[in-house]
This record gives sequence, structure tokens and C-alpha cells, in this order.
Amino acid sequence: MTRVQRYRLIGVVCVVAGLGVAALLASQAFRENLMYFYTPSDLLAAESVPDRRLRLGGMVEAGSVQRGEGLVVGFVVADCAQAVAVEYEGILPDLFREGQGIVAMGRWQTEAGGRFIADEVLAKHDENYMPPDLAEAMMSETGHACEPFKSAMEVSAVRRDAGAVNDR
Amino acid sequence: MIAELGHFALLIALAVAVLMALVPAYGVWRTDATAMAFARPAALVLLAVIFVAYLCLTASFVNHDFSVAYVAGHSHSELPLIYRISAVWGGHEGSLLLWVLMLSGWSAAVALLNRNLPLNISALVLSTLGAVAVGFVLFTVITSNPFDRLVPIPADGRDLNPLLQDPGLIIHPPLLYMGYVGFSVAFAFAIAALVTGRLDAAWARWTRPWTTSAWLFLTMGIALGSWWAYHELGWGGWWFWDPVENASFMPWLIGTALIHSLAVTEKRGLLKSWTVLLAIMAFSLSLLGTFLVRSGVLISVHAFATDPARGVFILGFLVVVLGGAFTLYAWRAPKLVSDGAFPLFSREGFLLLNNVFLSVSAAAVLLGTLYPLFADAVGLGKISVGPPYFNAVFLPLMAPLALLVGLAAAVNWKRARLTDMTRRLRLPLLLSLVVAALLIWQWATDIGLVVLVGGWLGCWTLVAALAEPTRRLRLTGRLPRGVAGMAIAHVGFGAMVLGITFVSLFSVERDVRLAPGQSADVAQFRFQFDGIEPIQGPNYDADRGTIRVYRDDDLVTTLYPEKRFYRGAQQLMTDASVRHSLSRDLYASLGEPIGDAGEWAIRLYVKPMMLWVWLGAVIMTLGGILAASDRRYRARPAALAEAAA
Repeated sequence: MTRVQRYRLIGVVCVVAGLGVAALLASQAFRENLMYFYTPSDLLAAESVPDRRLRLGGMVEAGSVQRGEGLVVGFVVADCAQAVAVEYEGILPDLFREGQGIVAMGRWQTEAGGRFIADEVLAKHDENYMPPDLAEAMMSETGHACEPFKSAMEVSAVRRDAGAVNDR
Repeated sequence: MIAELGHFALLIALAVAVLMALVPAYGVWRTDATAMAFARPAALVLLAVIFVAYLCLTASFVNHDFSVAYVAGHSHSELPLIYRISAVWGGHEGSLLLWVLMLSGWSAAVALLNRNLPLNISALVLSTLGAVAVGFVLFTVITSNPFDRLVPIPADGRDLNPLLQDPGLIIHPPLLYMGYVGFSVAFAFAIAALVTGRLDAAWARWTRPWTTSAWLFLTMGIALGSWWAYHELGWGGWWFWDPVENASFMPWLIGTALIHSLAVTEKRGLLKSWTVLLAIMAFSLSLLGTFLVRSGVLISVHAFATDPARGVFILGFLVVVLGGAFTLYAWRAPKLVSDGAFPLFSREGFLLLNNVFLSVSAAAVLLGTLYPLFADAVGLGKISVGPPYFNAVFLPLMAPLALLVGLAAAVNWKRARLTDMTRRLRLPLLLSLVVAALLIWQWATDIGLVVLVGGWLGCWTLVAALAEPTRRLRLTGRLPRGVAGMAIAHVGFGAMVLGITFVSLFSVERDVRLAPGQSADVAQFRFQFDGIEPIQGPNYDADRGTIRVYRDDDLVTTLYPEKRFYRGAQQLMTDASVRHSLSRDLYASLGEPIGDAGEWAIRLYVKPMMLWVWLGAVIMTLGGILAASDRRYRARPAALAEAAA
């Protein structure tokens, strides 16, 4: 083996080893950080929900938002069939509203019938927004299947017209 | 009437683009100089015609012509003039028109500035750009015509998304598109190199300024997007690893790799087919980004078009471009033989490593962005990949890259000597250690491995970047713009590394519930909430909070965060108030009113060295401007003579 060849071999080995390590790290991090999407029905139907961060999508049930101490807030997220209680401490997004579709990230606790402890709540910046995941999950062959939520939407629309900004 | 004129101009543009794609290519095939020379005027006419279409849409916005569906959807009678002009690219159809305008702008620039290129190369480059233009104009006309009329005519528009009513957002999309589309020029040069089989130092010199220009626009575009998210989204983040951010970041990473591999190709005649591959990849990723954003497959703030026909069209276009380019590559790349051996311990060896790190990180980002789509498509469930994945993969890849930046500039091309490198880097190493120690001692609130590594790497990159130009200046007494630009861009990178390290590690963030008169302590600052007053904007009503920030009872600044309600769009928006300084940002944004006692939920952040992240990007851009304007890259008549021979 000439010097140049040896040199080149060392280089190639280094690059390949580096790539291998990078791929290993990546796949590790990848597995740890996958977040699955659940609807309330999925959560309640599942035999066991993994104890890791996951995403919960649904509509905020009308009249369910309750304030606690400080920034603690509780509300109920529902899909067509089921509803689960969500607990969150922090600032809700601008478009969080009763009757609005949201996605919450956090963990599922099975004790006492089950609660979702959210660490992040997202609502899209669009009045008619429903999270795409949810829209699909709530679709039946006949189209949109959740009649009850239409009335909830109207409620929020009225509240907004009354001037949600200066309303306190 | 104006809208019809615009539509008509688009149709003419389509015809011009078709001719621009076909005639010069025919000329190259038949070695017909007249046909080849057709490319240049065609590029200029294309720009003119598309500009007319663009002006027509702008006029419709300015005149409140709500009979045009796109205007009705994105404007309002109360919308201020400046936002009416920028609303042109506030939605899907208009931003596509802007895309096409940029593309024809780049083509015209190539036609005007590269007059000294050999005729066949310039014909092929412009013909490729023409073909890309055909695809996008066709896309606009068929699936997303901004000039469609609306019946019945609404009394008022639905307003521009309030999120987009911000000075940063006026220029963010155009800059981003300039970058995206700019890579089409590098792509066109790559195609020309594959077709002619000519890939030499001269080719690299022609391609380099175009690549650097596209890159600097993309850098600015991404940085502005981040700046905007920081101020307007109200939760104080500046990078979310959102799929759309990733869509712009991947071409940036590959574009950065391309800039460096082009340097090797120019100086040493090496890495030829790799360079061509990168050029194809950079443009493909730009197209992929457009596809991801425009098709609505992404769940994101940006994905506003959800018409499947559009997604299918772009996907088809992507397949044609990629399929064509890669077939050509597979067929012709073996002819691109690099000149001579490739020593690893040398400038080119280090640049190769740079390319490895950059492409691997781009691949990691691609995996995290596409895997959820893939999993959804094959029924593996709805999955998303969180920011921790990206941080865990990306940061370890960036650390060695930062180390390399300093090393590479100190080694020579061809075979380098270790003693040279150590001698040249002794002083920068010492200096960087001292500066890093000072910085960490001064600003780090907690000392761990990450701040030591990140802080030193940032300082190292910064100091070492200045070492090479200093040495050159001492040795030869002059500094070419290319070298100066490189050094400045690396200084920017160092500043950014420092900023990211400190802001990620030492930000203090508190969400609090405050009544007027109450205060909260964040880090060494006391934020006092004085209350809310209603104010009126041109098209919104707002609640404006007054928050005074004290440090040891001295008033540092007063922040005025707003919660706005846009009347036209009937939407709430959070407008954060930030006081920037080199040492830290003081940030406040309003959540919502709680209870009846006038209490509000408020976000209070202290973010050390936040400004450095964006300053870094600005410095990198300045470096890019300097490098792209190096006189060496302007094709001289001498080069023409040499090429003709």
C-alpha cells in the first residue's frame, strides 16, 4: 500500500465511522421524539397508552373552560363520540376558544378516569381552522359528522362579535 | 379590465417561456448561433411581460378591486397602502406570481451580466431557466390564477391575515423566494456543464457569484422569518423546526455546501461531479420546499393552500425536473473527471469534511420533515417529530463544523503541513480561549460542558476567521474581496454560534398572572405591570399593556406589548414588545385577561445574546455580498478568448 493509498484509506474510514455514529445518534433521537396523534376516542379505546409525550386533537367543549389558581386552566376536549379532561398551566393561544379545534401536547394519566396533562396547546391562526389530523379523524362517509360542534361554533362567534378584546 | 390585462400578460409569458426553453436548445443542438442568441432577448422580454402581470395584480390591490377573487380574499378597505402592496404575496396565487417574477428576474440578470459567457453555455443556462419558467407559469395559469373574478362582487374583502401585517413580513417572502429561485441559476449552470461536458475552473468562476447571491438572499430570508416569529407569534421562540422552516433550511444547508465545494472545483479541479450533484440537490430541495408548503400536506402555520390539484402538479413538476436532471447526471457525470489526486490533509480535504457535515445535517432534517408525511401516507399512524430530535442530531453535527471553519482557513491547498497550521493557529487559539473565558465569566449564569464548548467554538470561529485575512494582508498587502467576504461570513457564523449557545442555555422564561400594580421577578429584573389601555390602529383595536422593567430599582426600559383585534379578519393577534441589546433581550407579550379584577396572563422573558443570532445572519449576508462582488468572478474578454480557443 502506498502512502497516498494509506492516507486515503484512513480518511475514508474516518468519514464512514463518523457517518455511522451520526446515523446511530439520529435514529436514537428519532425514536425518542416521535409523537403520536390521538383523538379522545383513540385515548379511551386504547388498551394502554404509552407513557410519553403525545398529541391530543379535538374540539374544546362549550362551557368547559375553568380557571384555577394562577395560570392553571382546565377544559374538555371532545371528538364526535368521546371527551377527555385536559389540564394546562400557562398562556393559551390567541385563537383558543370554546368550540374551536385545538391540538394539545402532553401526557396521558390514567388515574381517576384519565386526564390529559398538557404542556403546550396549539390553535391555528384561522377562524375556521380545524387541525388537519382531526378533520380527517372526524370525517364520515357523509362528510362532517359532528353536528353538536356547529352550535358550539355559533356560541363562540357571538362572543367574539361582542368584542372579545375589550371584554373583561 | 386590469385583471384581464394581467391574465393576458401571463399567457404571453407562457408563450415566451416556451420559446426561451426550446429555441436556444435547438440552437445548441444544431450549432446555430442565431437560435442560441435568441435566449438573451427572450429572457428580457419574459421579465418585462411578467412584470406587467405583477403590476396589474398590485394595481388591483391598490384600487380595492374586490371583484378579483384573490384581492377579495387578501385585502380589506381599511388595509393600509403598504400592506395592500405587500398583500400581493400574502396568499398562494400571488406568491406564486412573485416566484415567477423572481425567476424571470434572475434569468434576465444572467442574460445581462454574463454577456461574456461562451454562447452555447449561456444559451443552455437560459434555456434551462426558461424550462423552469414554463413549469411555474403553467402552474400559475392552470391551478392558481390570481386574476380569477368573483361573482357576486363582495362589499368588502376578507382582509390580509393579521399575522402578515408586519414590516418583517413585507420583505421576508420576497427574500426567501429570491434565495429559493436563485438556486435555479446554479442548477441551470450544472445542466449546461452536464450537456457540454465542460466543467473547469472557468465554469466554477461563473457559477460561484450566482450561488453566493442566492445563498445570501436565502440567509436573510430565513433570518427575517425567525425575527418575525419572535415578535409576532407571541411566544418568544425564534426557531421551531417547523416543517416550513425546515423546507427553507435544507436548501440553505446544501447551498452552503455548494459554495464550499465550488471553491474546491475552482481552485483544484476536484469534486466536479459532487459539485454538480449539490447544485441539482439545492434546486430540488427548493422545489420540494415549494411543494411541501403549497400542497397543504404539511400541518403548519404556513400551509394555506390545500387544493390537491396544486400538490399533484408540483409533485409532477418535481418528478420531471428531478428525473430529467438525475438521468442527465447518471449519463454524463462519469465524463466529469477530476484533475489529480485528493490529499486529505489540505484545504480541499477540510472542505470535503465541511460538505460531509452539511449534507448529513440536511439529510437528518429531511428525514425528520418527511418521515411523518411518509408514515401517514402508508398508514403507520399520525406522527410528528419534535424539536428535541432536530436539536439532538443537528447540534452535534454543527460543533465539528465550527471547529473546522477555523482550521480550514489556516491550511494550504494541495498538501498542507501540520507545522504551518499549528504555527498560524497558536495565537487565535489563545485569543479565543481568553475571549470565551471572559464571555462565560461575564454572562453565563451556570457553567456546564455545553456552554464551555459552545462558547469557545463561537469565539474560536470568530477569531480564527480573522486570522487568515490578517496573514494575507501582511504577506501581500492586499485582500481580495472573496477572501474578505469569506472571513466576514465566518465571523457571522461565529457570532451566531455564540448567540444560539447563550440564548438556548440561559433564557429565563416566566408566564405569570398579574393585576395592575403587581410585579414579577425574572432573572435579575423586576417587571412591573402598570395596566392596560385601549388604543386604535388603522384597521385594528388593541389593548396595550405598560410594563416597566427595573434592575435594582433603576428603570431599564418600558415595554408596550399589544393584543390586537383586527376588524376586517376578525382575528386576535399578539404583538410582543422587545427591548434589544447586545447583552440581552427583555421581552413581554400579553396572553389574555383573566377574571374580573383586571388581571392578565403575561409572558416575561429575559433572553441573553438573542440579538447575536440575527446579527450573525446579517454579517454572514454582508460577507456574501462582498464575496459575490469579487472582480475575479466577472467573466472578462480574456476568459472569453480562452473559452473560444
